[in-house]
Amino acid sequence: MAKRQSKDNPDVVLEVEGLNVDISVAAGELHAVRDVSFIVRQGETLCLVGESGCGKSMTALAVMDLLPRAARRSAKALNFFSMDLLKLGEREMADIRGDRMAMIFQEPMTSLNPAYTIGNQLKEVIIRHRGVSHLEARQRAMFLLEKVGITAAESRLSQYPHQLSGGLRQRVMIAMALMCEPELIIADEPTTALDVTIQAQILHLLKDLQREFHMAMILITHDLGIVARIADRLAVIYAGQIVESGTVQEVFENSMHPYTHGLLSCIPVPGKTKRGEFLGSIPGMVPTPIGKLNGCSFRNRCSYAFQSCSGQNPEIRALSLNWGYRCLLEPEKLKSPCA
Amino acid sequence: MTESQQPVLELLDVHRTFTVSRGLFKGKRALGAVNGVSLGINRGDVLGLVGESGCGKTTLARMLLGLLPPTSGQILIDGRAIAGEDRRTRSRMIQPIFQDPYSSLNPRKMVGSIISLPLRVHKVGDPSTWRSKVEEMLDLVGLPGRVYHSYPGQLSGGQRQRVAVARALIMRPEVVICDEPTSSLDVSVQAQILNLLISLRKELGLTYLLISHNLAVVEHLATRVAVMYLGRIVEEAETDRLFQNPRHPYTRALLESVLTPEPGLGVPVVHLGAGFPNPLDPPPGCTFHPRCVFAKSDCSEKVPSSRRDEEGMVACFLAESKRKEPPKV
Repeated sequence: MAKRQSKDNPDVVLEVEGLNVDISVAAGELHAVRDVSFIVRQGETLCLVGESGCGKSMTALAVMDLLPRAARRSAKALNFFSMDLLKLGEREMADIRGDRMAMIFQEPMTSLNPAYTIGNQLKEVIIRHRGVSHLEARQRAMFLLEKVGITAAESRLSQYPHQLSGGLRQRVMIAMALMCEPELIIADEPTTALDVTIQAQILHLLKDLQREFHMAMILITHDLGIVARIADRLAVIYAGQIVESGTVQEVFENSMHPYTHGLLSCIPVPGKTKRGEFLGSIPGMVPTPIGKLNGCSFRNRCSYAFQSCSGQNPEIRALSLNWGYRCLLEPEKLKSPCA
Repeated sequence: MTESQQPVLELLDVHRTFTVSRGLFKGKRALGAVNGVSLGINRGDVLGLVGESGCGKTTLARMLLGLLPPTSGQILIDGRAIAGEDRRTRSRMIQPIFQDPYSSLNPRKMVGSIISLPLRVHKVGDPSTWRSKVEEMLDLVGLPGRVYHSYPGQLSGGQRQRVAVARALIMRPEVVICDEPTSSLDVSVQAQILNLLISLRKELGLTYLLISHNLAVVEHLATRVAVMYLGRIVEEAETDRLFQNPRHPYTRALLESVLTPEPGLGVPVVHLGAGFPNPLDPPPGCTFHPRCVFAKSDCSEKVPSSRRDEEGMVACFLAESKRKEPPKV
């Protein structure tokens, strides 16, 4: 990306530079994450957007050092405040995870232990990291359950995950993530499994809590509607690489990369897209980045592709301080979308 | 409705209850999955059926497909009771496209065999024509001919869904029930499948019942929309009318929750109480009242009846009354 803030800037919570994740698979080396760089500042929401298999979840797992055993991570820099995460061992990472850095997953049922009560699981987080007493932990748990909008908090503490609905479980996950007042929250598709009305409530809650606790948030999603409403900045990921990133305003109003542009045109917008007319679409399928990769990964689906596109993987072109896109073509050559 | 405008598909006060055991020594309870649904779809229309999980839309779809009989009420196709028809006639009238292209196709059969299965089961036409019919369908859904010999595992999600569409249409049905046809697909593939559904409808003169939780998709395809809550239709109207002027508080809440990709608008505040009711123990009166910001005392005592006027149908005391609406927040 263009000039980024230095890591001495106290505002920067997470700095990722040149992150790679490679996995050995039967067909060769899968380059799940390729040269991904971004920054998240205090109080800011960054969305990693992309379709299934693009590498967005792997990126988050790489940051938290929760990658599957078969995956290998490497990066030029991976700093959480002034801490170099690349140098931390498993024990030290486990100390940070859940305490200063928390993750919320998509399926609350698989992240919550079905054999223990909600109260038990909530208390465990803060007892493990801060060594407080059971009473203090219980009070904190009740406080947060109420904060996330769960009524009758006290009675919930003795309930088991299966006794709660999906929306309630996700609220419990959020409460759990907040037990130690983390400085960074990474939420991976936190509302995909929920109904539309509950989704709106949960997202609203996340934003409120983020403001109140002054947290930085990375939200991973495939849903551009969520991105538009909740993010300050976004990074569009395709075949393991960031192909465009910038503020929500910049990217939505003036998307540069043909993939971003294509994605935006695929979405029906009530009141804007004409009923019954064909939606924009991107022909072809997302490639799997295995083995030696030549040229731009998007070229086979791109209507602007020309000869050079198969030769080199484009670098990121900066349009402003934090806005850039990965393409050989200049902005003038890429027609701007109609709003 | 005049004779000539008889709906191609009609539900008349359809109910479906399930008996649910509450435990080893506890008694059985009745679960009302569909509680008195009356709907009509005109030929060539697309009726969008929206509602959240547990509202009964999937149960409704299964009844329409003959997979489940209604506990009471009637389902008519072209004016004839669907229950009275044999499976073959039914399958010529109404076909499904399901949500999951991974589980709805037999992984051990070739695509050609999957698509021709309805023809073979119902012994339609001369077996020598089946192959060419399949090839015709592959062409219609935009798949290359060589896919005939492929297995589902070799295809992408979008391609599999196209196979599902081909299979549904090979019997040339009149009505297609699309149950969340694009929900498991990536955004870019969703658009491809939706475009396919749009063009096939025009080309083959199909009628769709589109079940989806994605209101933007419904708004794009449907000519009319019905909103379902706990087994009842709470509102039904022409798409534009419903989206621009929703009358039922639940419809309003649903529409408020739609997150359009427009920056700067923030996350909407949805006016809805949190507690989703237990369908085994539904609230008295209007089943929506505990979550309704407009609820009055009447609402917990009496069940609102469906009223139909030129705007559409709605079942709500608020909508009926002459009260001015509270200002929209």
